[in-house]
Amino acid sequence: MNIDFLIDNFADLSVTGLAQGAIYALVALGYTLVYGVLRLINFAHSEVFVTGTFATILTLRGIGIGPDDPVPSLLMVLLTLVLASIVAALSSGAVALLVERVAYRPLRRRNAPPLVFLISAVGASLVLMEIYALFLGRDNVRVGNLIKPRTQFTVFGADVTNRQILIVVSAVLMMVVLDSFISRTRLGRGVRAVSQNPDAAALMGVNKDRVIALTFLLGGLMAGVAAVLYDLNFGVTKFSAGFLIGLKAFTAAVLGGIGNLRGALLGGLLLGLAENWGQALLGSAWRDVIAFVFLIVVLMFRPTGILGESLGRARV
Amino acid sequence: MPRPERPAPTGPERPAGPGSGAPIRPTPDPGEPLLQIVDLTLRFGGVTALDRVSFDIRRGEILGLIGPNGAGKTTCFNAITGVCPPTAGTIRFRGTSLGRRKKHQITRLGIARTFQNIRLFPEMTALENVMVGADAHHRTSVPGAIFRLSPRHFAEERVCRAIAMEMLDRVGITERAHQIARNLPYGDQRRLEIARALATRPALLCLDEPAAGSNPAEKASLLELIRSLRDSGYTILLIDHDMKLVMGVTDRIVVLEFGRKIAEGLPAEIRENPAVVAAYLGVPDGSA
Repeated sequence: MNIDFLIDNFADLSVTGLAQGAIYALVALGYTLVYGVLRLINFAHSEVFVTGTFATILTLRGIGIGPDDPVPSLLMVLLTLVLASIVAALSSGAVALLVERVAYRPLRRRNAPPLVFLISAVGASLVLMEIYALFLGRDNVRVGNLIKPRTQFTVFGADVTNRQILIVVSAVLMMVVLDSFISRTRLGRGVRAVSQNPDAAALMGVNKDRVIALTFLLGGLMAGVAAVLYDLNFGVTKFSAGFLIGLKAFTAAVLGGIGNLRGALLGGLLLGLAENWGQALLGSAWRDVIAFVFLIVVLMFRPTGILGESLGRARV
Repeated sequence: MPRPERPAPTGPERPAGPGSGAPIRPTPDPGEPLLQIVDLTLRFGGVTALDRVSFDIRRGEILGLIGPNGAGKTTCFNAITGVCPPTAGTIRFRGTSLGRRKKHQITRLGIARTFQNIRLFPEMTALENVMVGADAHHRTSVPGAIFRLSPRHFAEERVCRAIAMEMLDRVGITERAHQIARNLPYGDQRRLEIARALATRPALLCLDEPAAGSNPAEKASLLELIRSLRDSGYTILLIDHDMKLVMGVTDRIVVLEFGRKIAEGLPAEIRENPAVVAAYLGVPDGSA
């Protein structure tokens, strides 16, 4: 136990935790959206995320920004970020749609029992992972040098870098856009209708297949943006990078209340914080243990997560 | 089982109940039926839920579908609305076969329904519930809606909201518009289901026991609503257990028992029909 270290570095650890947590939260949205309408955990979502991390790296390479190149000018950085986000979001979104088409829709047509979907999900996940390993190698792939972390300001003695600000702000922005899409538009209404009563929704003219595809697409877009932020934060990715972050994001979704968009944000941020505080206390080897112990403890007292299943509660 | 037709009943035996002072409507024009059900058969495993049932629904009428529990009434609804595709037989709506169309496609063709056990979207407001129905005819593209910039999206939202408010007004629960559906009183939830169905702009409205669980006063005002809907041009297919309600509001009645049609006719004819009486009272055929 190293309580002094935790206390001395509390603010720093919190800032790092929030940045990591924001990334978990964005990925968690994909799990929560799909669970909301299908009551299915899309285990291939971690690979949807990995798609984005590679798309980002390839975009940077295409522009000519390698890991060892000097940081380009600010304007160039911003343009590159926007372009990389669009490419990554679209690639992740496309892969998410593909997974839905290939791994789930045929099963849905045949009214397969839920366990079959689970196996199909794990299968899709492994296939995608191995495809990436084949084409991009099994080693770490470094990300182009885009942002040099520089302290912008200090809160309670914690240095806040430009990179951390970018990550948290982008993540929160994406979530606000998604939340207003779901709560204020026709398609969002369709998503909520299907999640609250799929049969009644179809009988009121909602095209269920389209709504399901839409939720996979939205989850994919969010994961793509998360992937850009992940690349910036860690500077390196790998064909199997999705496994752990997928598990963490899933944990974040369950923690906040799966099926609940705001729960995903809260769960992600809390998980990021808990991990960083915990590893300061017990040593970094314990980081992943802490994440899951935290989940178990929360679920013991709030079995439906912190905010509850807001879309799920609706089910009769 | 069927006996020779009895003489047609006289006027005073026609619907009793609220609005009975209104002039008796002539039998609707027997032109081309809105919905034709021909030899409809549905089997679930070894159970035959519907056995070669045929009947027509004429434009502008209220057709009652009655029968004892398990007679196949709701199954019949499910077949019409695409929930359970028929094992055999055809259903034609406005002259075209519904075939194996999906539920949402059938709704968009103009058939809407309510449910025996209320199935609202419980976490949405009453207004939003109805808007989901109204959305059936709107077409914003996905990117247009995601970025919410397209003028068409805003225009459609406005129209959709207006339609939804109009429907809430139609069923008389405007003041509930912004309440969460699951918090509404039971009777209003039933009305909300009707408003939601109306918002899909149906030609045929299928009501599955709309009065179930309502008190006499609620039933009376519901009857009024159903009649006014017919008078404004909707064709209505109504299931209910309450014979008084069915007799009071329907123009014609089809009776099912054990998945077969045992009678069809005017309410007064049905009331006198021995097979129907036997089915409802459980009297053996011979002694009816």
